Amino acid sequence: MTATPVAPAFLERIGVSRFIPSSKFSSVIVTLVLLLVMFGVGASRYRNFASGQVILNLFVDNSFLIVLAVGMTFVILTGGIDLSVGSVVALSTMIAASLARDGWPPLVIIAIVLVAGSTIGLLSGLVIHYFQIQPFIVTLAAMFLARGLCYVISLTSISITDPFFTTMANTRIPIADRMSITPSVIIALVVVVIGFIVLHHTRTGRTVYAIGGGEHSAMLMGLPVPRTKVLVYVISGFCSAVAGVLFTFYTLSGYSLTAVGMELDAIAAVVIGGTLLTGGYGFVLGSLLGVLLLGIIQTIISFEGTLSSWWTKIVIGGLLLVFIVLQRVLTARRT
Amino acid sequence: MKTLDIWRTLTRSRLFWPIVTLIALAILNVAVAPNFFSIQVKDGHLFGSIIDILRNGAPTILVALGMTLVIATRGIDLSVGAVVAISGALACTIIADAPDGNNPATVLFAVAVSILFSLVLGSWNGLLVSVFGIQPIIATLILMTAGRGIAMLITEGQIITVSSAPYKVIGAGYWFGLPASIVIAAAMFVIAALLTRRTALGLLIESVGINPEASRLAGIRSRGIVWTVYIFSAVCAAIAGLMISSNVTAADANSAGLYIEMDAILAVVIGGTSLAGGRYSLTGSLIGAFVIQTLTTTVYTIGIAAEITLVFKALVVIAVCLLQSPVVQARMHRRKAAPPLPPVPSGTISTPVPATTAGAAS
Repeated sequence: MTATPVAPAFLERIGVSRFIPSSKFSSVIVTLVLLLVMFGVGASRYRNFASGQVILNLFVDNSFLIVLAVGMTFVILTGGIDLSVGSVVALSTMIAASLARDGWPPLVIIAIVLVAGSTIGLLSGLVIHYFQIQPFIVTLAAMFLARGLCYVISLTSISITDPFFTTMANTRIPIADRMSITPSVIIALVVVVIGFIVLHHTRTGRTVYAIGGGEHSAMLMGLPVPRTKVLVYVISGFCSAVAGVLFTFYTLSGYSLTAVGMELDAIAAVVIGGTLLTGGYGFVLGSLLGVLLLGIIQTIISFEGTLSSWWTKIVIGGLLLVFIVLQRVLTARRT
Repeated sequence: MKTLDIWRTLTRSRLFWPIVTLIALAILNVAVAPNFFSIQVKDGHLFGSIIDILRNGAPTILVALGMTLVIATRGIDLSVGAVVAISGALACTIIADAPDGNNPATVLFAVAVSILFSLVLGSWNGLLVSVFGIQPIIATLILMTAGRGIAMLITEGQIITVSSAPYKVIGAGYWFGLPASIVIAAAMFVIAALLTRRTALGLLIESVGINPEASRLAGIRSRGIVWTVYIFSAVCAAIAGLMISSNVTAADANSAGLYIEMDAILAVVIGGTSLAGGRYSLTGSLIGAFVIQTLTTTVYTIGIAAEITLVFKALVVIAVCLLQSPVVQARMHRRKAAPPLPPVPSGTISTPVPATTAGAAS
């Protein structure tokens, strides 16, 4: 990292920032506009794109990513990062699948999965706070650990035949004529609502923002910094476990190589949703929009048919670039 | 007295713990497979476990080499795995499309194109970090995400297999009786070591890592230096990508170099270079890469499934990080500082105090 702040000045000179409204919602607004534009593009290019079910499928196919993004938002708001979420999702599917194979009751399985995910988060958080090691490297170790534990459970894929899981996978909740969602969508939206309430209407939420704004000043203000800092990793671990459960509902199997790179999707969704990677600034609802934007790109690419799936990665990379540069412009102006 | 001094210099050295780990792993290996250290000569080539470790470790060593310099400037390069995939994909596609894959000129052209393209990729990372001032983790995350897509674009989603004898030499061939990949990695190491330690470059890199602003004020062109280290890292990754694809005679855009950035970062951390930037040790990273590769081999020889290596790697990272963490360091130094020893250069003055401890230690 160089401390030569040339770029903002350079961007200022070419006049990029003039076109961006100055408000604390500005980058979320950009995301929303982009989402609408993308939807408009899709609707004008393909028949059947502008149907209710296409919109609902954005939620159905990305319910686990929504939950992951909520957890990741908490971590990134404190200025940290959690690279272990993808592996924890895989570990959750493995635990669920192997226990289901052994005939454990579904609710006990889910409880165990949630406890396991939260424990990994708790351990990461404790090491990060009390040993003052960078979150990046600690969660990297957690990522290796969780992925390795997957292989300890089984080297091959395990399919789930438990009636509860298959019911959850196949249930469709009708909303309107020929439009339906899955139970996973409801769970994901409940997680978003809880995340929203915790972040914006509780003391814990305000402490999260305060730590991101400046950990030292938060400490001096007498806020419970250690507790909250560990807590955000527990939340992220818990969300990863929930996402893992939703993922088993989605795929009805446990496999060690699932969700490779999903942490990048989650981080991308949070960044595109307008949360500052340095912390202290961002919204849960922005992350939801970020996930939907990633989802709509995937939908357009699949509607296009001739475009191959790897274009998704390139487009996401490009979007990340745009939003990160946008963040630089916005933060440069604020300071 | 003398032994204590030597012991103290040894344990103070940043390379002490990595070397101890390496030796411990080697002993463990000998205990499981007594012929671990045996090296045979077949057809004028060297064979043996050690040679295997060196050969399989060559890509990690290369990537760790570039990563060390990046980390020394307080940066990090997450995109190396993607660069590995891109360079392998590019070289294999060129060779597969050429009329005669066995033509050395074709292979040279493919290698040159891959390395030139890595210069572009490295410049891109350098641009984002040094000119736009974006956090390195985030800046290189962009290429990490998009890079695999680019690699798949090049291979059109297929696994490209090549049957080219000259290309196979890079990853699986032999020069002077040694595996060619080891020779290449050693050459890169020597070049990097000479460039950074025999010129002022290493000093400048460290100063940028310790305090970018102060070094800029001191007249160091930190932007150019940061830019250079990202380009160097990408070139190292590209060569590693050539080795990996040449070794398996195929380019797999999805899995080539997967997690190699993690291995490289791990090697650098084990080698004693702090992620906070500043002082770095290329030799340390080299030893770190050996530790990782030996660990992988050990897991194989003990007979555990290869995938579970990840668990052991995680435990090693956690252990090393805890040992290096400010909290543990402070506690250890407090204990070390307990005998009343003023900061006198060791060996120049003899006081009766350490003599008693020397007796206890030896």
